[in-house]
Amino acid sequence: MKALILVGGYGTRLRPLTLSVPKPLVDFCNKPILLHQVEALVKAGVNHVVLAVSYMSELLEREMRVQEQRLGIRISLSHEKEPLGTAGPLALARELLDVDNEPFFVLNSDVICDFPFQDLLQFHRNHGKEGTIVVTRVEEPSKYGVVVFEAESGRIHRFVEKPQVFVSNKINAGMYIFNPSMLGRIQLRPTSIEKEIFPVMAEEGQLYAMELQGFWMDIGQPKDFLTGMCMYLQSLRQHAPDRLRTGPGFLGNVLVDPTAQIGENCTIGPNVTIGAGVVVEDGVRIKRCTVLKAARVRSHSWLESCIVGWSSSVGQWVRMENVTVLGEDVIVHDELYLNGANVLPHKSISESVPEPRIIM
Amino acid sequence: MRKYASVKNSKLHPSPYFKQKQNIGYLFNMLKAVILIGGPQKGTRFRPLSFEVPKPLFPVAGVPMLQHHIESCAKVPNMKEILLIGFYQPNEELTRFLFNAQQEFKISIRYLQEYAALGTGGGIYHFRDQIISGGPEAFFVLNADVCSAFPLAEMLSFQKEHGEPNSFVILGTTANRKQSLNYGCIVENEETNEVLHYVEKPSTFVSDIINCGIYLFNPDIFQHIGTVFQKNQQEMLLEETTNGWHRAEAIRLEQDIFTALAGQGKLYVFKTLHFWSQIKSAGSAIYASRLYLNQYHKTHPERLATNKEGGPKISGNVYIHPTANIDPTAVLGPNVSIGTGVTIGAGVRVRESIILHGATLQDHCCVLNSIVGWDSTIGKWARVEGTPSDPNPNDPYAKIDSETLFREGKLTPSITILGCNVTIPREVIILNSIVLPHKDLNRSFKNQIIL
Repeated sequence: MKALILVGGYGTRLRPLTLSVPKPLVDFCNKPILLHQVEALVKAGVNHVVLAVSYMSELLEREMRVQEQRLGIRISLSHEKEPLGTAGPLALARELLDVDNEPFFVLNSDVICDFPFQDLLQFHRNHGKEGTIVVTRVEEPSKYGVVVFEAESGRIHRFVEKPQVFVSNKINAGMYIFNPSMLGRIQLRPTSIEKEIFPVMAEEGQLYAMELQGFWMDIGQPKDFLTGMCMYLQSLRQHAPDRLRTGPGFLGNVLVDPTAQIGENCTIGPNVTIGAGVVVEDGVRIKRCTVLKAARVRSHSWLESCIVGWSSSVGQWVRMENVTVLGEDVIVHDELYLNGANVLPHKSISESVPEPRIIM
Repeated sequence: MRKYASVKNSKLHPSPYFKQKQNIGYLFNMLKAVILIGGPQKGTRFRPLSFEVPKPLFPVAGVPMLQHHIESCAKVPNMKEILLIGFYQPNEELTRFLFNAQQEFKISIRYLQEYAALGTGGGIYHFRDQIISGGPEAFFVLNADVCSAFPLAEMLSFQKEHGEPNSFVILGTTANRKQSLNYGCIVENEETNEVLHYVEKPSTFVSDIINCGIYLFNPDIFQHIGTVFQKNQQEMLLEETTNGWHRAEAIRLEQDIFTALAGQGKLYVFKTLHFWSQIKSAGSAIYASRLYLNQYHKTHPERLATNKEGGPKISGNVYIHPTANIDPTAVLGPNVSIGTGVTIGAGVRVRESIILHGATLQDHCCVLNSIVGWDSTIGKWARVEGTPSDPNPNDPYAKIDSETLFREGKLTPSITILGCNVTIPREVIILNSIVLPHKDLNRSFKNQIIL
């Protein structure tokens, strides 16, 4: 089977991390975002993944070769030279997708959840129509576009953008499965799948909704990246608790790469991810953070709700909080206070940032 | 519970510096010193610290503010008596301090309580009989709320060499033009050092030489104050209202005496290059601590902590009371004073701060530019941080700002102060805030006064 992942462009919302690495390769809970998705697709029987990108990255290409070997599948890159919207990329990759008359998956690259690809395939085959989209339940539906569908069958009636009154609390979760015939609906021009393609399909009774069970998050920006991390770790606790680190000094759900070193008298967690080769010195307190590969957190520091970029160094007695994000190779000097600082790569910080701002 | 460092633990070491000055002092037969210590209505900028202890007893560089004055006065040969004048009610701390100081320095030290706030001139005038009893040739008058090297012996030799035998001397120092407006400004005759003109806190620039609040007088001064006193009394009869400054007996040396004496050949200014600072606000107490701790290299090296086996890491000048209990993994300094019975846990960082007696700093916490009140507790990994208000280090004449608490409706970032018995929970940040005594906080605070 085939799958198309809408990777898109520069990933500007996840800067400064995406200034060093293309978004699909940013580590989420110690594994590149893209790999979470690709591995789940492979488990569901996909043997060819197409990445729809609008910006070519050598790094991405190289990494995909590695994963091809490792997973034993084929990975292609479909490069849109001009913006094609959310549906156009499907048309661009038509030749890769319209093969064997088998349905293909499409997903948004920012989505993290307990990927239900097998269930989705089954559900789609059962109703036999042209397309199925995964929906998820949210607390504030009026911030998004909601999906109105029949509860029993899943048949979608209509979509409503940012409804003023409560219509439904289910939104498009950014994961679909289509029959190749659906590609005939899309022209090779900038097209919105939600605004132009889906409503027509729904009208014709060809579009169904499958409700996602479990957690869901769009991790395209740091604040949501951290929330998604908490959800994912909680899911790990339920399905694969031995992957989590426990013991004295560890609270709640904590994921630590085996090559990381944690000092004495630390308290790590809840909701912390520590990457490969990270060094955490003595007396450190970390809560609700992602610490990326090879970073170092020096002694007695206190971190909450932060992302520490690859190879960065956080000094002694530093306090960082409120979605402070350090890009790659950032040095934070001793005894500083960073509150909501967004620090670009290779920066050296020698003054406190008491109020949220961007450090270029 | 003792609220100030024991005077007993300080020792006077004769140093070459001291011996040299001794000879000059014998020019005078008998000397006294008067220290003006103010009262509770004064020094409101020192709240909430002044709620617990009279400001003159607040520890600066490990010992009560006044002790620095008394040590310097006691060093002057033929200093017979030190008189403290103020309007604090007799209280336990003051009484105990005086008792200990007398034991330590073996000199008569007495407190003369004003019946009302009489001003810097009115107080000494009211107690003139006490001051001149025994026939002192001259006497110093010092304000309690200044931090200084107290070059008293030099003032004495200067007095012998300038003006008439009974001239008066004001200690002066140089300020930058803008800041001079906050002080008493002195215009001098550069050849004779006579004070030609004196203005207290002018609104436009007058002179960059400012009044340090340290004077050398002789009994003649009382004639001049007496004249002003009589004049005031005449005016009182004409006026109907009486309040505060309108008392006849309330006389200010600066506005009422110096201004009149300027240009009469009686008043001289001795300019010092040694360190000097006012201590008006809590922030300036930290700055004053830095100046005195630095002076300890010369005057009291035994008061400076050193790096020792099994002791904390010391950076720069640090005072640690012997009864403090400090984990060897703590890092202290520069410019840190640790009071009696303080407990400091593992991995604690303290910099540019004063930790008052009985306080507890738990593991991994970080205290910067702050004053931690008596018996307060700071939880693990908490961060207590203030903003220093130091004078511009690039300007040699810059003085510490007399900070206003609010600017444009917002609290000016300043030293963080925790009053007595404040509890800071673990892992929070207290930034640029003032916490009143006996408060238990439950979250982080920034730029706030917490009642």
